[in-house]
Amino acid sequence: MQWDSWSAFWEMGGAGAFVWGSYAVTAVLVIVELVMVLRRRKETVRRLLRLRRVTAGQESGRRSYDRL
Amino acid sequence: MKETTIDTPRPEPRSLLRFAAPQQFYPLAGRLAPWFAAVAAILSVAGLWLAFFVAPTDAQQGEVYRVIFVHVPAAWMSMFIYLVMAFWSVVGLVMNTRLSFLMSRALAPTGAMFCFVALWTGALWGKPTWGAYWVWDARLTSQLLLLFLYLGFMALTAAIEDPRRADRAGAIIALVGAVNVPIIYFSVKWWNTLHQGASVSVSKAPSMAATMLAGMLVMALAAWAYSIAVALWRVRALILERERHTEWVGAELTAQEGRL
Repeated sequence: MQWDSWSAFWEMGGAGAFVWGSYAVTAVLVIVELVMVLRRRKETVRRLLRLRRVTAGQESGRRSYDRL
Repeated sequence: MKETTIDTPRPEPRSLLRFAAPQQFYPLAGRLAPWFAAVAAILSVAGLWLAFFVAPTDAQQGEVYRVIFVHVPAAWMSMFIYLVMAFWSVVGLVMNTRLSFLMSRALAPTGAMFCFVALWTGALWGKPTWGAYWVWDARLTSQLLLLFLYLGFMALTAAIEDPRRADRAGAIIALVGAVNVPIIYFSVKWWNTLHQGASVSVSKAPSMAATMLAGMLVMALAAWAYSIAVALWRVRALILERERHTEWVGAELTAQEGRL
């Protein structure tokens, strides 16, 4: 173990801001990327389903228009 | 006159090449990604434990050197991902395979993220050790150029409407930009940089304690596993988007309809 106490651990020999600033930003970016990438496929599926409904609606609409 | 037919070459059903078809690769990527993510999570915990509780205080730098465990793996990953993008671009241009271009597109945001992390952690490490967040030395400048290459690749492929033209334009940026990667790597040798030389290289024994090296390598492996997982997840969305007019995507959408 390298640390006498938890406060020594957080202080990092006076370099706490630099060390934790590095790790915190990295952790935030990794989490944001994971959330974005996992949501993206679901959003794509939703968007393509919507697109399919719209185009299907247009086609059936045109058919009923043709019948008139 | 002999009649000629044009056969589309079909790989053997058992051949790994069948996964070059987006339809085959889509479910495979979905099955593999969680495993790589799990490996990444385990290696990150192990790596961080080595980094903060096992690796000793550095004799010259004190504790601030612990930035190395995220800085070096991120910098390696940012260079390596760009080379992989260039590789898939060559494969795409030569073999005309759609999936190759989609792979390089799926990797770009992760490469850009690691590139930014390398620059950010480098700045926070530079301030206490050099007295400056930023200097225009060859290593830092070429790494900044790499970030712009990633952003340029992403902006260009997103801006071009026609997917085939976008693929080709992106491939050209990936290929031309790949020249910058060896420049980054060897910049500390070729020029007199404030950035230190390589602590780890193939030709000589590493100039650091064994536990420090172990922590760095475990974190580097974690970054690899993470990149693979995220790229596989991202390429699934790209495949659905690109293949949206095909029957199999139609079937996949129908299957997903109830679940969302």
